[in-house]
Amino acid sequence: MRITKRAATVALLTAATVAITGCSAGGGSTDSADAACEPAEGKVELTFTSWIPGIEDVVDVWNKANPDIQVAVQTGPNGNGGTYANFFNQLEAGNAPDLGQIEYDALPNFRVQDGLVNLASCDGVMDAKADFVDWTWGQVSFNEDDAAYAIPQDSGPMAMFYRADLFEANGIAIPTTWEEYAVAAEQVRATGAYITNFSQSDINQFAGLVWQAGGTWFGNDGTDWTVDLTDETSIKVADYWQDLIDRDLVSTQPPWTTEWDNAYNTGAAWTWNSAAWGANSIASGAPDTAGKWAVAQSPQWEAGDEASGNWGGSSTAVFTGSEHPYEATQFALWLNSSSESLTMLNKAANLYPAAKAGLDLPVLKEGVEFFGNQPIYDEFATASGQVSADFVWGPTMTQTYNDVSDGFKAAVSGNGTLAEALTTGQSATIDALKAQSIPVKE
Amino acid sequence: MSALTETPTVARPSRRPTRRTENAPKGPKESPLSRVGAMTVMLVFTLYFLIPIWWLFVAGTKSSSQFTSTNPLWFADFNLFANIGNLVAYRDGVFLKWMLNSALYAGAGALLATLFAAMCGYALAKYRFPGRELLFNIVLGGVLVPATALALPLFLIFSQVSLTNTFWAVFLPSLVSPFGVYLTRIFASASVPDELIEAARLDGAGEVRTFFTVSVKLMFPALVTVFLFQFVAIWNNFFLPLIMLRDETLFPVTLGLFAWNSQVNQIPELRGYVLIGALLSIIPLIILFLLLQRFWRNGLGAGSVK
Repeated sequence: MRITKRAATVALLTAATVAITGCSAGGGSTDSADAACEPAEGKVELTFTSWIPGIEDVVDVWNKANPDIQVAVQTGPNGNGGTYANFFNQLEAGNAPDLGQIEYDALPNFRVQDGLVNLASCDGVMDAKADFVDWTWGQVSFNEDDAAYAIPQDSGPMAMFYRADLFEANGIAIPTTWEEYAVAAEQVRATGAYITNFSQSDINQFAGLVWQAGGTWFGNDGTDWTVDLTDETSIKVADYWQDLIDRDLVSTQPPWTTEWDNAYNTGAAWTWNSAAWGANSIASGAPDTAGKWAVAQSPQWEAGDEASGNWGGSSTAVFTGSEHPYEATQFALWLNSSSESLTMLNKAANLYPAAKAGLDLPVLKEGVEFFGNQPIYDEFATASGQVSADFVWGPTMTQTYNDVSDGFKAAVSGNGTLAEALTTGQSATIDALKAQSIPVKE
Repeated sequence: MSALTETPTVARPSRRPTRRTENAPKGPKESPLSRVGAMTVMLVFTLYFLIPIWWLFVAGTKSSSQFTSTNPLWFADFNLFANIGNLVAYRDGVFLKWMLNSALYAGAGALLATLFAAMCGYALAKYRFPGRELLFNIVLGGVLVPATALALPLFLIFSQVSLTNTFWAVFLPSLVSPFGVYLTRIFASASVPDELIEAARLDGAGEVRTFFTVSVKLMFPALVTVFLFQFVAIWNNFFLPLIMLRDETLFPVTLGLFAWNSQVNQIPELRGYVLIGALLSIIPLIILFLLLQRFWRNGLGAGSVK
């Protein structure tokens, strides 16, 4: 009796579900949990949104080799330039692409909005974990076991670009610790130049410096978020740079402007603590200095330490609503770990791979002319291995960046300090999380 | 040679006095001081608007290495044509495709929008029917709603009918011009005499024929204005394509250049393409303005006299 009643209920519910899905046909599969990651029968067509120019050529290679899994590329501006907003709109409207490019610092945002499929149950994903540099896997799994919310694509391990010729000509030692860096800054200043330019608006870079120092800005214990922009380490890094700014030992031009390029091009700035992809930025921004640069590991907080930070990097995620997570995952794994694809991506957009094998690509072993034929990517490969896997991004990074950046801009013009900017960013971020009903511990 | 240059200077003085006597009694006499003041203000504003374009032009002629290292407001080596060549060759000429898309969205869109606005405005001005004022007021309200605010709702609606990421997603919303309806209505009631329509009717012309053969011609200056406004609005429209389009081959030039510009940090060679692309993308607007401003000025004048 009871069984029949239940059967009836089930039948009724099924009928209702069919009726509902019938009505909303075309809206894509509902959020039926991401349990099933099974291959589909027959030919599958996937859509993939990425803003890397020239990624079509890479996808063509895949399409030729995999007639049953055809991927169509969609494109747009970079994530914060509008593509993330589009992803959220599309998730809302139920027509998100199967796959999308998402930078590490934006992944938590999509995660809290339930936009990502956990790919851990898909064939080959957990086996691939060992193929990627550990910390990049930490970024896409949020350091949870049995989780993979995206496949790591590229990374931005940080090192120090420096003007080898100027350091040598002036008899200044290449700094290996931040303490030495501050001393070198004084010596460089005595020649009339600046040791570097403190980026007032690229909070990403500052986060990389905190990352290197061992700080973590966010945490998540499974239910609650913690926000920690003002921990001891972050404040230490902020105070260090504040001191250099106060003593006029670093310039504070806005980054990515012609003035900024010009400072490097004319030898007014001697070092840049930047990521692997920065090699190309400096080569094109400072063409007159070709052959005079070199790369060394980032200065350390304690002599003998081996730590690096990371700046940038992105992943390939599968969106909730994709009807073919299995095929999408196979494509994402190929895109981000096959040497053929990684070589093409490096050539098209200077992507520095997140896959371990990618670090040994022939193109990344060559000497680079702009850097006096130094095989600079060896340094970045070393740096990549030294990046801590503990750093976690928050779910509202755009807001956090904006608030901290406002404070930094004020600080470099004499209003307040970098540490105060972090304090403001801390409370603004907590407010933002609360406003979005994201559980947060204070 | 000297004879050639002299002829006009001889001719001029004879013309000037007649003009001055014609104009003199009409306006109040202006002091040289106020004239100089007005000219200064205009000069400042002209410079304010033209210097960025000058900067863009100069930047477009430079090679990427000279772009940062030379005076931003003066030329270095002249590489304009090499730059254009590179831009057109980049990624199989996707830039040209964007320009064509923009021309299609803006050209066809503005043409149809003008037609619809003219018909609507004319009907509101010349026919009496219940709800006419209400309709007009609603259209007027539409002028106040910025297009940007409508982009997201439009995206959700177009998603329902699976029209996002298609040509129509950008084209259809471009056909609506509340300001055009407003302007054509005002203009039609001022410049198309009822008597003329009545005469056309007596001669046996249908309403549609009257509209196209008589009224459109009288409303022409207003239509040119509406066309120009709408063309510029669609050409510069950025937010709607940003939200609607994913397929690069459908992009208008604004969105395409923005997408490139967002990559400049990591792929620095794009900066040169963005600069020269921006320069090329304003040329159609300049040409259009130069061609149509004659009609446009007529239109503004005619409206003010009435």
